[in-house]
Amino acid sequence: MSVESSSTSVAVTDAQSKNVRKPKYSRFSQQELDAWQPILTPSWAISIFTVIGLIFIPVGLASLFASESVVEVPFRYDDECLPPDYKNDALAYIQNDSINKTCTRKLTVKNNMQAPIYVYYQLGNFYQNHRRYVKSRNDKQLRNKASEGDVSSCSPEDYTSNEMGHKPIVPCGIIAWSLFNDTYKLSSNNKDLVINKKNIAWKSDQLAKFGSDVYPKNFQTGGLIGGARLNESIPLSEQEDLIVWMRTAALPTFRKLYGKIETDIEVNEEVTLVIENNYNTYEFGGKKSLVLSTTTWVGGRNHFLGMAYILIGGVSLLLAVGFLLLYVMQPRPLGDPSYLSWNKNPGSLR
Amino acid sequence: MRRGKRRMIKLKFSKIYSFACGKTSFQRDHSRIGGHGHSRVVVCNEPGSFEGEIFSYADNSVRSTKYTVATFLPKSLFEQFRRVANFYFLVAGILAFTKLTPYTAVSAILPLSIIIGATMVKEGIEDWRRKKQDIEVNNRRAILHKGDGLFEYTEWKNLRVGNIVKIMKDEFFPADLLLLSSSYEDAVCYVETMNLDGETNLKLKQGLEVTSSLHEDFKFHDFRAVIKCEDPNANLYSFVGSMEFGEQKYPLSAHQLLLRDSKLRNTDYVFGAVIFTGHDTKVIQNSTDPPSKRSKIEKKMDKIIYLLFCVLFLIAFVGSVLFGITTKRDLVNGIMKRWYLRPDSSTVFFDPERAYAAAIFHSLTALMLYNFFIPISLYFSIEIVKVLQSIFINRDIRMYYEEANKRALARTSNLNEELGQVDTILSDKTGTLTCNSMEFIKCSVAGVAYGRGVTEVEQALGRSNGSPILNESINRLELKSNEIRDSPDRKEPIEGFNFTDERIMNGNWVHEPHADVIQKFFRLLAVCHTAIPVVDEETGNISYEAESPDEAAFVIAAREVGFKFYKRTQTCLSMYELDPISGNEVERTYKLLNVLEYNSSRKRMSVIVKDERGRIFLLCKGADSVMFERLAENGRKYEEKTLEHVREYADAGLRTLILAYRELDEEEYKEFDDKFSEVKNSVSADRETLMEEVSDKMERNLILLGATAVEDKLQNGVPDCIDKLAQAKIKVWVLTGDKMETAINIGFSCRLLRQGMKQIIIHLEIPEIQALEKAGDKRAIAKASRESVHHQISEGGKLVSASRGTCQQTFALIIDGKSLTYALEDDMKNMFLELASYCASFICCRSSPKQKALVTRLVKSGTGKTTLAIGDGANDVGMLQEADVGIGISGVEGMQAVMSSDIAIAQFRYLERLLLVHGHWCYRRMSSMICYFFYKNITFGFTLFLYEVYASFSGQPGYNDWFLSLYSVFFSSLPVIALGVLDQDVSARYCLKFPILYQEGVQNVLFSWRLILSWMLNGFISATMIFFFCTKAIEPQAFDKEGRTAGRDMMGVTMYTCVVWVVNLQMALAIRYFTLIQHIFIWGSIGFWYLFLLAYGAMPPSMSTNVYKVFIETLAPYPSFWVVTFFVVISTLIPSFSCSVIQMWFFPMYHQTVQWIRYERKKSNPE
Repeated sequence: MSVESSSTSVAVTDAQSKNVRKPKYSRFSQQELDAWQPILTPSWAISIFTVIGLIFIPVGLASLFASESVVEVPFRYDDECLPPDYKNDALAYIQNDSINKTCTRKLTVKNNMQAPIYVYYQLGNFYQNHRRYVKSRNDKQLRNKASEGDVSSCSPEDYTSNEMGHKPIVPCGIIAWSLFNDTYKLSSNNKDLVINKKNIAWKSDQLAKFGSDVYPKNFQTGGLIGGARLNESIPLSEQEDLIVWMRTAALPTFRKLYGKIETDIEVNEEVTLVIENNYNTYEFGGKKSLVLSTTTWVGGRNHFLGMAYILIGGVSLLLAVGFLLLYVMQPRPLGDPSYLSWNKNPGSLR
Repeated sequence: MRRGKRRMIKLKFSKIYSFACGKTSFQRDHSRIGGHGHSRVVVCNEPGSFEGEIFSYADNSVRSTKYTVATFLPKSLFEQFRRVANFYFLVAGILAFTKLTPYTAVSAILPLSIIIGATMVKEGIEDWRRKKQDIEVNNRRAILHKGDGLFEYTEWKNLRVGNIVKIMKDEFFPADLLLLSSSYEDAVCYVETMNLDGETNLKLKQGLEVTSSLHEDFKFHDFRAVIKCEDPNANLYSFVGSMEFGEQKYPLSAHQLLLRDSKLRNTDYVFGAVIFTGHDTKVIQNSTDPPSKRSKIEKKMDKIIYLLFCVLFLIAFVGSVLFGITTKRDLVNGIMKRWYLRPDSSTVFFDPERAYAAAIFHSLTALMLYNFFIPISLYFSIEIVKVLQSIFINRDIRMYYEEANKRALARTSNLNEELGQVDTILSDKTGTLTCNSMEFIKCSVAGVAYGRGVTEVEQALGRSNGSPILNESINRLELKSNEIRDSPDRKEPIEGFNFTDERIMNGNWVHEPHADVIQKFFRLLAVCHTAIPVVDEETGNISYEAESPDEAAFVIAAREVGFKFYKRTQTCLSMYELDPISGNEVERTYKLLNVLEYNSSRKRMSVIVKDERGRIFLLCKGADSVMFERLAENGRKYEEKTLEHVREYADAGLRTLILAYRELDEEEYKEFDDKFSEVKNSVSADRETLMEEVSDKMERNLILLGATAVEDKLQNGVPDCIDKLAQAKIKVWVLTGDKMETAINIGFSCRLLRQGMKQIIIHLEIPEIQALEKAGDKRAIAKASRESVHHQISEGGKLVSASRGTCQQTFALIIDGKSLTYALEDDMKNMFLELASYCASFICCRSSPKQKALVTRLVKSGTGKTTLAIGDGANDVGMLQEADVGIGISGVEGMQAVMSSDIAIAQFRYLERLLLVHGHWCYRRMSSMICYFFYKNITFGFTLFLYEVYASFSGQPGYNDWFLSLYSVFFSSLPVIALGVLDQDVSARYCLKFPILYQEGVQNVLFSWRLILSWMLNGFISATMIFFFCTKAIEPQAFDKEGRTAGRDMMGVTMYTCVVWVVNLQMALAIRYFTLIQHIFIWGSIGFWYLFLLAYGAMPPSMSTNVYKVFIETLAPYPSFWVVTFFVVISTLIPSFSCSVIQMWFFPMYHQTVQWIRYERKKSNPE
């Protein structure tokens, strides 16, 4: 092949004439480029599956161990904190501002939790990813003081009502408006477990997306109060709860960071939770939980990844063994030209 | 005597060409002039006159472009959006500017504009090329009469109807002209119509006698005439009109019409009046747009797109219904459910109180969102790939024909992949299988066979028989011819002449026993023809312009033997010949009295000449079937021997003609001439028949001289090519105009027919029908013929079905044109097709161009398989256009076939490479490319849908807008284009080594519904796995050590990363051919995604919105991201990978088996 091609290339260089329409030889134009042409030989396939298995199982074990080492204490309180009188009329309870919503519960932590312990609120059946919800914000307004009046795409939470002077709301939109407003106080052995609410948001959000000179204005002043109010003296970049909330969740069940506890919790320690149960999840049948969790290098507690790694790794090894057995027991002459017989109908093969 | 003399001077070509250019009766046609369809009035030679203004006919510029500057934009946009998919994207793009949109409008419009823009640029460039060609044509120069007998050069585009132009020798006619006069006294001229009908022979045109005297420039200064004629039409062979000249009205016919794009030959100049200009000319009226052909794959692809549209509409519908339900539930009796969505104060798109409207609007949103199921760049990528594929075809050095300096030319890039699915090849013979250069190779004179050449048929037969004797004799002969070739006095090979025999050559014939017969024989060859000698003034060499290559071969043969015809005047033929007594070359002149021309019913031609001694001879050459019966009793001296030789020649695949002559006495001739002239000048309807009768009476009592044998040479490599095509199980059908014996011989020589094949011959040369033909009852003939053909076909069918399943008997079907007429009738054609498709070979002889096209259509529609027609002449045009793929041979005959073909090659043998290598590759590339396209878009689109399920179908995409729109453009497009352009399942060498591989295309295994659907299923599975693995692994727990959880942005990027990895790795797993380019594209696409993520994330948040620093801050630093993507990507690929391992081992397809073979060979002997 190579001899042939080199001779043609010589012939081409001889042909200097302009009229000669002989195509120029190049390995590209003649489609003779060097190519790696691997085929799935038994050894290739078996070794690929083996390698996958050999990588997956250790990785799976590692992440499973890591996930296992995480201590997670979830506590669902939406029904727990509903006074028995209101069991059948949760709405009346939650919408009545005059009822005291404080709810105190005790929780025994079965494992030792080492600081930092993260406190989360978890909502279920809450569609933060709904298109209407996701779009109802104005990034410009959040960023720039100058754009305070820019409330496009924030309707209906764009301006205060006419009675209130039709002023632009900062931050506008229903995301901010529906800000989660339950509060948690934790204590153990009559000692407060201080929840540090600093550094719970991403730095980039604080620095670039929420202005340090933008202050909440006219927020939650309408007839319909959605969720939390904001301290108008703190710039948006410091309102970390808001920042966390405004990074909308991917799925209808989501967890958001509430704060950090910088002290350890011992085994069988009884933790007292004081929850202000303000947020209305009853109306849409959502769930609310408070979650205490430690973390490791894979994050929080979730066995799925580790298990799946091990499972897929195991399957790969099984496939490798299976193919090996097939290969040993039934060696087929794979490159037998007789497979290319005249009478075989390849249509039936597939 | 006086009369005789005058005749001698006035004897004109018009007289000699007795059949071709007589006057026929135009009475009926001419009565229509001035009526409907015949309203054209041309006022000649009055430029700028008032009358000329009334009839504002088009000028002579032509435009072949599709667009003008003004119409380009609207028209090309319209063309673009005629495609369903593009239109859909346009609507989606427009809707993106409304509130309905799930993403920003710019991100939706940009990819569409890129795609549409690029396609339009391509269209524009193509049109610009056509424009340049138009400009070139319109600015050619012609000589125009400016008035007062002055002629000046002007551009073609300036010519107007009525102008008088002067055309010089070898110039093209700029418009359709009425021939007025020529450099010849009687206003004849020769015209080459190669550009019109592909025929290379010269045609004779003759102006009216009244205008024939206008052959000087100055005579035109007061020339006036009015021509009334038919309106512009496409019929090349008819013209009806009349000319008012002086006080008289003269009828005009096609004999006076010179058509645009034909060429003036052998005539110094002509004068003509412009009748039709520009787009009114017959040739342009005739140029129909070639039928636009689309490949089967593309047609199927349309179906897949419709299928995907159905899927799209279905899921959009389901989504909208569910969305409507959830939205409606948000507000029941004034009580809000999902209060955080503010259903109480909503826009119409989310208003629970108008849930139906919301659902309907949502369905539009969903249609936009799920448009990723339909690959936006599919059409565009396909076009790019096809153009590149055709460049590969054009550039293939192994399809370059050095002798003619021609390469393969894919004139349309639409049909590349169709080349890989050809089931039946319908081939022309002359010029396609054969060179169409006739070589005089043998002759039989006075019962002695001369000529030592070995024909290719003999060689082929010798090879296939393996008969030692024949082989030996061939070897000996080859040895001998080699000796001759090597001997120093061997001259350059002469085209058309391959005759070697020392008994004849170099004047040795004078020593032969029948030297006088030999002399007459070659003299006849030198005189009895219509060829025109062309003397090269520098070298003195003589070449000939002849109507057919056969005729040229005869004259050349005569020249080489020593009868050098060198001059033809209107009345005389002059030649040098060897005087056997003195041994000197002497000049002889024969007075040409009459030419009785060849036509297919006469199958012979004769000339009547008078030699210098005043003897009158009738010299005749013709087919054996008509000649032997015309011999005189005393002329049959050599009949037996000659007959034997003729049979031998025919067996050797040669074309034979019988030569005979007769001496006439003055009286006899005079009687004939009177009668002949009388008949010729008559205007009765049966003039032709009468002329044939008169001629027939003369062409009797002939004296046999001998027979000639001319070889129609096979092109190089044709038998091997046909062999390979047969191995690829492609059926090759030959449709030829030749007679049956020749066709069968050629069939043998090109290995279409083999010894041991059972031949089923269907013909009508049977006694009963011949008897009926004598009686002349046409209806009875038709009935008997039909019955006979039916009978023969059913007999053949029985024979074939009887042998089926028993032994490996192969059949060949041979049918002649006359029978084919009946076989193609509706009631019989299916039966005929069935028989034909069971036969390994099929030869159809004596078929007309129309029949060729009909057979093609029958095969195409009857079997539903892909047909390929290959031909070189104008008579193949119908067939080429009818077939799924038309291949033109850019050979000796005109460009007509090439112009109407889809792909042009220089030689038949390149078909092997074109089909088995390029066709196979293109088919494979295109089908895997399309499958993969759908796979990658389903994988992507379905993750969007799954996300919707978890976003209460609100139409919120899981990904950033720009991720959505750039997916098809950047992160998955280049590898698939590389696949479409470069992928090779096996190398060219193995393609040719295992022709059976080609059957993959014919049986369409690589683009079967099963395969397509399994790819789609793979897409759905991949999407499902990616979505669930990602969501389950990431949510809801903390994502990193700092306890932060992943939001929509991070989830989107992780999932998208997985999609990009999976589709690109799937590509890497699907192909078995990695050049550097594939590596760059595949890994580059993945790498580019990360780069894009970095770059996009680094932009200020006003541009990057929720992607701002997502990768660099929230994903990349944490192991979760890497562990998750690694897991998702690998495990998503495992199912399809396992399937392909199993398939490769246990159910290998042809190409995979070949890959195994290649692999094992390589392993056993590493290079």
